[in-house]
Amino acid sequence: MVDLKAYQQLVRAQLRAQAQYRASFAIDLSGSAVVTFLEVAVILILFRVTPSLGGFVMREALLMAGLAGLAFNVCDLCVGNIERIRLYVRTGLLDAILIRPRPVLAQLILTDFTPRRIGQVVQASIVFIVAVVLAPIDWTPAHAVLLVLGPLFGAVYFMGVFVGGSTVAFYWIESGEFANAFTYGGRTFSMYPMSIYSGLFRRVFAYGLGFAFVAYYPALAILDKPDPLGGPSWLGWCTPAVAAASAAVAGLLWRTGIRHYRSTGS
Amino acid sequence: MPDGAALRSFVALIGAGFRRYSTYRQATIAGIFTNTVFGFLNCSVLLAVVHARGGPVAGYGASQLVTLVWINQGLLATVGAWSDVGLADRIRSGDVVADLLRPIHPVLNYLGGDLGRAGFQALTRSTVPMFAGALAFTLYAPQRITTYPLFAVSVLLGVLISFACRYLVQSTAFWLLDSRGPMMAFVVLASLLGGQYLPIRFLPGWLVWTIWLGTPFPSLQQAPVDILVERVSLPVQFGLLAVQAFWAVVAFLACVRVQRAAERRLVVQGG
Repeated sequence: MVDLKAYQQLVRAQLRAQAQYRASFAIDLSGSAVVTFLEVAVILILFRVTPSLGGFVMREALLMAGLAGLAFNVCDLCVGNIERIRLYVRTGLLDAILIRPRPVLAQLILTDFTPRRIGQVVQASIVFIVAVVLAPIDWTPAHAVLLVLGPLFGAVYFMGVFVGGSTVAFYWIESGEFANAFTYGGRTFSMYPMSIYSGLFRRVFAYGLGFAFVAYYPALAILDKPDPLGGPSWLGWCTPAVAAASAAVAGLLWRTGIRHYRSTGS
Repeated sequence: MPDGAALRSFVALIGAGFRRYSTYRQATIAGIFTNTVFGFLNCSVLLAVVHARGGPVAGYGASQLVTLVWINQGLLATVGAWSDVGLADRIRSGDVVADLLRPIHPVLNYLGGDLGRAGFQALTRSTVPMFAGALAFTLYAPQRITTYPLFAVSVLLGVLISFACRYLVQSTAFWLLDSRGPMMAFVVLASLLGGQYLPIRFLPGWLVWTIWLGTPFPSLQQAPVDILVERVSLPVQFGLLAVQAFWAVVAFLACVRVQRAAERRLVVQGG
């Protein structure tokens, strides 16, 4: 086991540095508080004008949104910093990280730790708990297990998406937005019932990439609802397998990417 | 005032902004891809609402909602509520002093660059997602010929208001040194109250009018979108332009005042 002291120091230094600009830090914290509730607000506004969405009522849709939101924010807390790889590759700062005797991925994740992400996980948890309380759940041990496994492996799945998506930076400078389609786009995609999407778009995102397994299938299993798309009920238990696949692919992409890195040449 | 020279330098600044953004070709392609994915996402959500209701929602028909989504995605980069004016970093590093020495007002200086940026984004990131949307969905074609010029004016006003607001928000760095927090707050408000997720008409009526008249946010993107999909009649289209013009004047007056106050306040960091 590598000693964790170096990492602890990195995180502590970051916290101290960011708290220097007090007013901005405070606004940043409260601003991010709004972000998490924003996506829920959108769903509430939608249900103001419609009684159901893709065959689901509000309490059911909120459970999906809560599951996806919590999974995403836990992931964002753990590996969200990986997005900064764009900056490191473009400026050549990655060189400095490569020569340190610690794994590159771990350093990148920890070097710009932002405390507001803890706040976001707290908010997402509140939304999740409210959604669970409101949802018409028949309380069985299996459903309880799914409620814990869902966000946990959903988070692992999103971590794979984040790390995998970030490797685009090794090949294409200034192309960070490309990964956003899958990270932030994936979050929004998995918040809604898959039945609202259609055609190739659903096939690619829901099944090809696996976003249907973050919240939709676990929520169906928890609610004991049949899939309007005709999938079997055990699909709700597949999230860990999909998460493992996502992590494996991300690991492969990361190794390939970091070998491809050739510095900025300046 | 030597207006010939001032105008020439302003045009040169616009050209420089345009060229600066046109060099980030990969970023442009990546951005177009992301806008397109989000276009599909938002279309699916709004069409699901139309299907569940079995009819128009808040006065928008299905094709109007779909068009609204794609115009919104196209305008995101052009109006650019998310994009960086570049002022905040220069305040923090002290480079802003060089801006104050230039023979052009700082607000105009940054406006030139931002107009160039908007021009480039309008040509690339506004058009390509529209084509993608037109391939996959049935879009709404405006019925009145007058809608097109009104839309163009409305987009221009949206860009101007967006710039002035972001300049103001980044000016907070003169006092706070770091404007990440205020920027974040602005982006959040602009996306919800500006109708980037949902048309604000989905909200209760009294709230809609409060937001329209009381905040500049719907003037950024909701105005041009509502004008293009002809959600409102011709006189109301002119009314929306008037609201935008009002906010543009207010925001630029505020910029000039804040700039004057900031210049008295400025302490260059790091000696």
